[in-house]
Amino acid sequence: MDTTSLPDELVTYTLIVNGTTHTVDAGWQGESLLYVLRERLGQPAAKNACEQGECGSCSVLLDERLVCACLVMAASAEGQRVTTVEGLAPTDSGLSDVQAAFVQAGAVQCGFCTPGLVMAVHDLLDHTPSPTDLEMREAISGNLCRCTGYGRIFEAIKNAAAARMNG
Amino acid sequence: MSASTTSAAVHGRVGASAARPDGVAKVTGSFEFSSDLHAESMLWAHVLRSPHASARIVSIDFSPAWKIAGVQSIVTQDDVPGAKVYGLEHPDQPVFAHDVVRFYGEPIAAIAADHPETARRAAAAIIVNYDVLEPLIDAEQAITAAPIHPDGNIFRHLVIRHGDQSVTGEVVVEGNYEVGMQDQAFLGPESGLAIPEDGGGGVDLHVSTQWLHSDLWQLAPCLGLPEDKVRVHLAGVGGAFGAREDVSMHVHLCLLALKTGRPVKIVYSRLESFLGHVHRHPARMWYRHHATRDGILQRVECRLVFDGGAYMSSSRAVIANAACFATGPYRVPSATVDGWAVRTNNPTCGAMRGFGAVQTCYAHESQMDRLADACGLDAVEIRRRNLIRTGDTCITGQILDGTAPTDQLLAWLDAYPMPADTRGTDEMMARPGGAGRTADAHHVKRGVGVAIGWKNIAFSEGFDDFSTASCTIGGGRVSIKSACAEVGQGFVTIALQIARTVLGVDDIVLEPADTFIGSAGSTSASRQTWMSGGAVMTACEAVRAQIIALASERWTVAQAAIELRDGRVSTLNGDHDEPVITFVGNDVVHQVVEYRHRPTCALDENGQGDAHVSWAFAAHRAVVDVDCDLGLVRVVEMATTQDTGTILNPQHVIGQIEGGTAQGVGLAVMEEIVLDHGRVRNPSFTDYLIPTALDMPHVRIAGLYDQPEAGAPFGAKGVGEPPTISSTPAVAAAIRAATGLALPRVPVRPQDIALP
Repeated sequence: MDTTSLPDELVTYTLIVNGTTHTVDAGWQGESLLYVLRERLGQPAAKNACEQGECGSCSVLLDERLVCACLVMAASAEGQRVTTVEGLAPTDSGLSDVQAAFVQAGAVQCGFCTPGLVMAVHDLLDHTPSPTDLEMREAISGNLCRCTGYGRIFEAIKNAAAARMNG
Repeated sequence: MSASTTSAAVHGRVGASAARPDGVAKVTGSFEFSSDLHAESMLWAHVLRSPHASARIVSIDFSPAWKIAGVQSIVTQDDVPGAKVYGLEHPDQPVFAHDVVRFYGEPIAAIAADHPETARRAAAAIIVNYDVLEPLIDAEQAITAAPIHPDGNIFRHLVIRHGDQSVTGEVVVEGNYEVGMQDQAFLGPESGLAIPEDGGGGVDLHVSTQWLHSDLWQLAPCLGLPEDKVRVHLAGVGGAFGAREDVSMHVHLCLLALKTGRPVKIVYSRLESFLGHVHRHPARMWYRHHATRDGILQRVECRLVFDGGAYMSSSRAVIANAACFATGPYRVPSATVDGWAVRTNNPTCGAMRGFGAVQTCYAHESQMDRLADACGLDAVEIRRRNLIRTGDTCITGQILDGTAPTDQLLAWLDAYPMPADTRGTDEMMARPGGAGRTADAHHVKRGVGVAIGWKNIAFSEGFDDFSTASCTIGGGRVSIKSACAEVGQGFVTIALQIARTVLGVDDIVLEPADTFIGSAGSTSASRQTWMSGGAVMTACEAVRAQIIALASERWTVAQAAIELRDGRVSTLNGDHDEPVITFVGNDVVHQVVEYRHRPTCALDENGQGDAHVSWAFAAHRAVVDVDCDLGLVRVVEMATTQDTGTILNPQHVIGQIEGGTAQGVGLAVMEEIVLDHGRVRNPSFTDYLIPTALDMPHVRIAGLYDQPEAGAPFGAKGVGEPPTISSTPAVAAAIRAATGLALPRVPVRPQDIALP
């Protein structure tokens, strides 16, 4: 199929990102939520490592559901609440408990997978406050990390979970 | 666990698990990676790539692309104003394929448009008429085949002859081994932003890279610009592992920016990333080991054929490493190594973590296990009887004069407790195949394997290896600067720890990395802690000395009576004491230094010479469960020991060991770029698998040998590469132990086990 001759429908719609309503004016209908967040709304925290739903770098919450923003058509997310790592509720330190645990445990190296992992770990701990080793592994198995071998990430998850249980 | 204790460390100084200075920005999403860059009125670039591994370009019709609204510029080889070729070690790669195409995915043209999708569509619309040729895909055949490049097909043929070449052994074991093509698979795709100077006389390139100056030295000649008109800035790097040592889109992007007069950004897709960077060399290796009946090595012969792909990249250095470390960390009195790195129409290969030592470690460790079987010894004992130690002679004739705690590494590993056997439990996820729920517990076999490896630190063979750094006190702040590329490894942390330690100041700024300062060399070869760490140390020492000299003069006291501590300069008797920033006042104390390691030599015609600076060692013990019916492997545990030198940041060292081990596990059981007539068949994370959190077992650190290395700043060895070297053969050995199969190739695929 000759895609070059296809008409591109331009659409205008609103997105609620981290509590703020944004209007996307005349965007291409085919643009992913990831592209629109990064390139049209200037919020590049969700990352673009594979753009086919394999790596989890673009993980965000759509309403309360963890999704790969690269697999969501932006225009279809109208009316839903999009939460990125930029919209996590901070504690006094300016970081969420999971973010702080990642920094302290050495779970961050290059950091490209980090925003997606932080979202996945929040989603895990919000639903499973005291995860087993296997539950931890399953919860982040859709988030590829090439630097850490996951060891310090598990450490961060354990520390964050323990802090919540004790806090 | 350690062989020595590190002296009590102040938080944030050398020896502490100081936190990354960029950690908070990375967890909050505010850290700016190269793919996050933005400039007003910027264009998006896309590269048209060859769908053939070997072809002649008969004609190109750009007119369909120009008909697409939003296309601003198209550049080809005809638009390159300066040098038409570039290369990391030797310029043999055209900026764009012009008359011939030599690998699948070779760039042919680059397009700038107002939307990335427009640029992609324009590339797809260009009509290229190819005369498709039969690609040269067999490295062995490449040695004698008709040349596919004016420079010929042989990048390097390196022979090492050591000791009496006529020696034979009472016991002889022989084997052929093969390693598949591994990808670095960093997460952050290749990306950059080029911003032209008004008038087009210069350009600023913001790019994710491992070596800013090497990029500059290749880029400026191609653009036909003097080096001071091309400024390369490090943009946030999402991992590297060797794949960013070479130039990729740099020239394309700058050409488009200069031609359009507008900023131009590019972000590779994952598919383009697989096609757009170099990979680990696939290797075919023949080995013959000679030993006494007691398993004492007498002689090792081997022939190594490394497929370098279409262009040279770092193939010459890779095969040198493969050859120099081919016989493993053992005493080998007689050796013949015949190393070849050749050109084919396969994807170009170059640097990847472990750099040549990975391939040969898999082979020499497989051979050691065969020898153990032949001599009736176990895997630890055969190694223990042959380990190289400080003062022994390498097969290059060089005396190994650094630390070489090989005995200790194996002893720690041997003594480390085994993991529990979970095969009989009901937990399906603990079985091979995991959530697939395929394995029957009664058919799962457990195996254990051990391997030890070694590698050089920093650049070898007489290379003028240096790093530049500056330290400045002035304007109310203390700062350091280096062009060292932070790629995730933690140099930014280590540099500040070193500067804090030398200056006795806690609040120090690390300036951005760019080409406004001299080269730091590459973030590769496990060299930056030593080299750029050494440069930062030396620059800070020079500033410290200058401050003390100034204080001595100003206060008329002996230099020995002055100290820098807690951010203050003071006399020991307390007569004078003020913050160092106040002391410097409106002056500026500034020192720039170049740091060099001890000189090395080229290898002679017999591969002999003092070519290396320092050696680092690591060992692994792998425990695996294997479903022999289905060929599924679960790596249960990796235990490891490593020769680290002094540990500057324990948490960072553990991170390197865990991450490096994971890449070795990946090569052992899942990672391979699959080629079909030179075409990459699996350029995605759907089809090229890297270990997930479910695949990766716990990495147990069974011992770290942290004795200082003489000559190394603070006694620290690089720690990044060794974990990737011995992990692969340990896993392969464990699968062999479980299955009884020879498994002469990694990655070990399900069919290699189930359908041998």
